Amino acid sequence: MSFDSTYTRELPLVPERSSFKEIDDVIFRPVEEAPTRKWFIAITISSLALMIGAVALANTFYFGIGTWGNNSTVGWGFGIVNFVFWIGIGHAGTLISAILYLFRQRWRTGIARFAEAMTIFAVITAGIFPVIHTGRPWLAAYLIPYPNQNSIWVNFNSPLLWDVFAVSTYFTISFVFWSVGLIPDIAAMRDRASGIKKRIYTVLSLGWRNSNRHWQHYERAYLILAGLSTPLVLSVHTIVSFDFAVAILPGWHTTIFPPYFVAGAIFSGFGMVATVLIILRKVYDMEHIITLDHLEKMCKILLATGSMVGYAYCMEFFMAWYSGYIFEQFVFINRAFGPYAWAYWTMFSCNVIFPQLFWFKKIRRNIPIMMLLVILVNVGMWFERFVIVVTSLHRDFLPSSWAMFYPTWTDLALLLGSFGFFFTCVLLFVKVLPSISLAELKAVTENAQPTHKHHH
Amino acid sequence: MIGKIKNKLKEVNNRNLEQKRSDELYAIGALFDTPDEIMDAAGKTTEAGYEEFDVNTPYPVHGMDQAMKLKNTMVGKTTFIFGFLGTTAALLMIGWMSGIDYQNIIGGKPFFAIPPAIPITFELTVLLGGLATAGLMLTLFNRLPWINNPLHDTNYIKQTASDKFGLVIYAKDKNFNIATVEGFLQSIGGKSIEKINFFEVREDRVRTPIFDFKFIALLAVVTVVTAVTAYGILRYVLFLPPFDFMWKQEKVLPQEKSTFFADGFSMRPPVEGTVSRGYIPYEYQGLPDSVVTLLANPLPINAEVLAKGKQRFDTYCSPCHGYYGEGDSRLRGQFPNPPSLHTDKVRQWADGNIYHVITNGQNVMSSYAKQISRDDRWAIVHYIRALQRALNAKDEDLN
Repeated sequence: MSFDSTYTRELPLVPERSSFKEIDDVIFRPVEEAPTRKWFIAITISSLALMIGAVALANTFYFGIGTWGNNSTVGWGFGIVNFVFWIGIGHAGTLISAILYLFRQRWRTGIARFAEAMTIFAVITAGIFPVIHTGRPWLAAYLIPYPNQNSIWVNFNSPLLWDVFAVSTYFTISFVFWSVGLIPDIAAMRDRASGIKKRIYTVLSLGWRNSNRHWQHYERAYLILAGLSTPLVLSVHTIVSFDFAVAILPGWHTTIFPPYFVAGAIFSGFGMVATVLIILRKVYDMEHIITLDHLEKMCKILLATGSMVGYAYCMEFFMAWYSGYIFEQFVFINRAFGPYAWAYWTMFSCNVIFPQLFWFKKIRRNIPIMMLLVILVNVGMWFERFVIVVTSLHRDFLPSSWAMFYPTWTDLALLLGSFGFFFTCVLLFVKVLPSISLAELKAVTENAQPTHKHHH
Repeated sequence: MIGKIKNKLKEVNNRNLEQKRSDELYAIGALFDTPDEIMDAAGKTTEAGYEEFDVNTPYPVHGMDQAMKLKNTMVGKTTFIFGFLGTTAALLMIGWMSGIDYQNIIGGKPFFAIPPAIPITFELTVLLGGLATAGLMLTLFNRLPWINNPLHDTNYIKQTASDKFGLVIYAKDKNFNIATVEGFLQSIGGKSIEKINFFEVREDRVRTPIFDFKFIALLAVVTVVTAVTAYGILRYVLFLPPFDFMWKQEKVLPQEKSTFFADGFSMRPPVEGTVSRGYIPYEYQGLPDSVVTLLANPLPINAEVLAKGKQRFDTYCSPCHGYYGEGDSRLRGQFPNPPSLHTDKVRQWADGNIYHVITNGQNVMSSYAKQISRDDRWAIVHYIRALQRALNAKDEDLN
């Protein structure tokens, strides 16, 4: 890894070298100080949402998924919508931490750790849904090929099984990537801490001592993990899209799905990262580390991916017409003008029309408007998955079995609970671990690297 | 009260953390202020011929591996080897499981093919490669975890974790001499020169605690407990209540006794007057066989109908009447032998009469209306006519 000094211009954080201590203080402040009132208010709200979700989950387990709005026509309801939505949220984290790392985008340093943590929590949140959607989560072990009493193996031709492998690999590698990044920072915290905290951080840091003999292997491993995560993140949402695209249902059976899903995932993920960062930098006074420049760059990525998603929406319509396949045409006309037209146009305006405002620099640098737009992106991307799942199913080939999907309170409470779980995890993470990569941030500050006067 | 306990706990914690050090010297460290200084110092240390030394910096300093004359890292090759292992393992697993051991026709596709195997192969390649990279980087290449290294808990390591750049020369170096090294560190600009002694408990000699017997035993115990628990759950627990709800449901099975219905049967008879689909009432039902019916055979005479009639006759009629209708029962007298179908009486019957006997039964013979469909009964009638004619052929039939 080369830290060319030209990149460091991106972060005019601390002009004097002596202020490394200040960076330590700012980054470790949330961890070392007692939680603030703001933090308690936030975690009260998020854990309340989590508790509501827990009640809904208990209701689901006790009575079965008959408590959901799914019916025999719309067999995939909120369970799958939420799964695809949360998996998508996770993708921005890997994009920021791995892909931007490979592209030497130094501005990622301030937000990478946090985005990676979001990936992990989002994937955990997502993973809950397909498991409870099966109705019998205690049989989830059947998804793994293990020698069993029935002498049968899993179906390796099924995209649903690919999903199991893709999502679990994605979680494992993201977790490893994140943990490896945390080791030097935990070591730095260990050297500041005392008492029981010191004990915990000593074990978690594995005895890391910032040796350059270690840094050498460490950096190569980090680079390789970034290299492995990059195709991995693309493969995960590709395989999630196969859940739909490999089926022969009109509205799902399209080859545009993999790139369309990946673009959508990055789009929604950046929406979520931006939403949380805007709040976080305010709550923890980190405006000079997570700067307006960072947010502006994220807005540019939102603009690009939002336009890609918009292209995919239009191309789907074009292909439906161009294929000459009447069932496909019916599905798309029904999407835009049928009983779920409101969902379709919510999706279209939130994902395609409103992000176009990011063409204007004034809007990209205006926090309140940006906040509004990124929340709309989250809403729009949730509705995208809703539109794909529900509108393709609710009017099938047999008009006698046409049906509508109405969510029950359990569905809505589980959705709320998933947000509660995610934000509770995020808040706890911010409290116990450094949410900004200290070692990486120090390495890209001004004058952090030798000027090569002596050695070449 | 709670405050007291808290303080006590804190005291105990801190006491245990402060390990006593022995008199034996482990290393001498010096601190530097800027990356340029540490680069310079590292270069001079190598030039002076020291080999057992290290540079500790809060972040990786670019160009330090050249200054320290470090060999290229082998992490990349590890990733390749384990990634390749993942690819091979995945293909072998899928090939054996779905191609050989459990062949299942899914959508008419081949049992094993490369394209549907690609996603899982890719995932396992990344999984194994990634886990090996991180795991071996820490354990094999960096010899971690090593939480009781003598460098820990010194001013030296605390400073280098934050904003100083440190260089340490270990006592095990062949050129090591306290006075010389101290002088050397001063001469290259090192500040806060610190002598670091071993801990009293020389556990640091065990370089990698992961190869410790206790640790490996713990791993083995964890593995066995996990495996036994998982097996027990999947093999036994999931068959106990409440997980047996799929095969122990609150319902009655066809032959079970019912306590709910007065007649004690769990199978219910159809409602009074129920007729089955396609049922056509037979107007001569229950009348004696002597009745002369006016029904005509609706089927044409052709090879297909006769073949059908023969098949049905051989199945249902021949056990008593014999294959040729001669009354030679195969039942060896368990039932009274029926009369031949070649008597004058039967020959002179109308088709409708034979049909009536099959449908309604006669003497010991019961009704066959339930077993043989209407059309099949008429086909049997045609076949009986053919049999009768075969045993009583006229001259012109020989032409």
